[in-house]
Amino acid sequence: MQDLVNLFVKSIFVENMIFAYFLGMCSYLAVSKTVKTGVGLGAAVIFVMGITVPVNYLLENYVLKEGALSWLGSSFAEVDLSFLSFIMFIAVIASMVQLVEMIVEKFAPALYGALGIFLPLIAVNCSILGGSLFMQERDYSTITEATVYGLGSGVGWFLAIVAIAAIREKIRYSNIPPALRGLGITFIVTGLMGIAFMAFMGIKL
Amino acid sequence: MAEVLEKKKEKKEALFSKKNRLLISDPLNDSNPITVQVLGICSALAITVKLYPALVMSISVLFVLGAGNVIISLMRNIIPNRIRIIVQLVVVAALVILVDQVLKAFAYDVSKELSVFVGLIITNCIIMGRFEAFALANGPWKSFLDGLGNAFGYAWILLAVAFFRELLGSGTLFGYPVFEKLGVYNTGYVNNGFMLLPPMALITVGIIIWVQRSRNTKLIEEN
Repeated sequence: MQDLVNLFVKSIFVENMIFAYFLGMCSYLAVSKTVKTGVGLGAAVIFVMGITVPVNYLLENYVLKEGALSWLGSSFAEVDLSFLSFIMFIAVIASMVQLVEMIVEKFAPALYGALGIFLPLIAVNCSILGGSLFMQERDYSTITEATVYGLGSGVGWFLAIVAIAAIREKIRYSNIPPALRGLGITFIVTGLMGIAFMAFMGIKL
Repeated sequence: MAEVLEKKKEKKEALFSKKNRLLISDPLNDSNPITVQVLGICSALAITVKLYPALVMSISVLFVLGAGNVIISLMRNIIPNRIRIIVQLVVVAALVILVDQVLKAFAYDVSKELSVFVGLIITNCIIMGRFEAFALANGPWKSFLDGLGNAFGYAWILLAVAFFRELLGSGTLFGYPVFEKLGVYNTGYVNNGFMLLPPMALITVGIIIWVQRSRNTKLIEEN
């Protein structure tokens, strides 16, 4: 249990998707003009990440990894399909996003209205695929760990986009050199936030 | 998507007509994918600690974007509109698998260093962005040029960031100890390890944007 809490905290703060790996920067920069849209996209990311990472974990361990197919019989024990992992992961993510969109539309129309255009955008958000690829690289031992990691990374992304959106709303009233306005200052502010987040790196969990 | 469809009846035009040359030169500055269109930032930042991985990454993106644009452009009339995202993803994923396997076979060290970022070319927004905005509406040769242009625009920012980070952070270029040979250390200079940390990539890109927009004032944003 303690391990899981540690993993959760670690994936939110120490290995933050935005500040430590720069994943999902495109939508992070494009959708962070107001806090409201930032919260919408952040919530959608947590949701999709919490589903796709464990699904891809199962796929990785029971289909793709070397020897993963041995449950089919001993003649499959040496099959190694790991070169297919990119295409399988992205297919799972794209279809999950489609599925989540349909389910949310049917059972929670209010939430669907709020998330709106952000849901389909998520299929091409690097942090989602990044989460699955990190899961593959780090070889988590149980599906619970993979789920906790997925949720934690999603929450970390959520925190980052809400924070930058709040800062951008305030920065509108500041006198920035014209050439830095908009994109330039957002990059520099994100850099400074990244430096602040590096304080967490020293924490041993 | 934002780009206006050019539906004009085109006469047979030369391979390197003025309009076609613009397709290559424009992304280098006026519509640079990173500093102006804000695409493909994720991978641009994470692998710029050293010049060599940045170069390998640029070449991989050049290949995927050039080939992908041509493939999508050839198929543009038979892709049903509703499932185009999935079709695009499959094309990119297939090309990226090729790149990944080639890297693993011939440059294993770099492929380890780039780790997940080779796979992340799939979700590199430049690629999907150019498919959507250009290849779905234009012929193969034009799409090829557009792919090359955007990949070069991406590459020069990547290499510029990597140049400063490697030079100031570890005093080397492509692993060659420049500062040591020049005797800079004798004057009391110490490597700035801070440049190697992730946040400095963001700040370096911020400064590049600042310099570019001060020189090219029509890119300045209202707010």
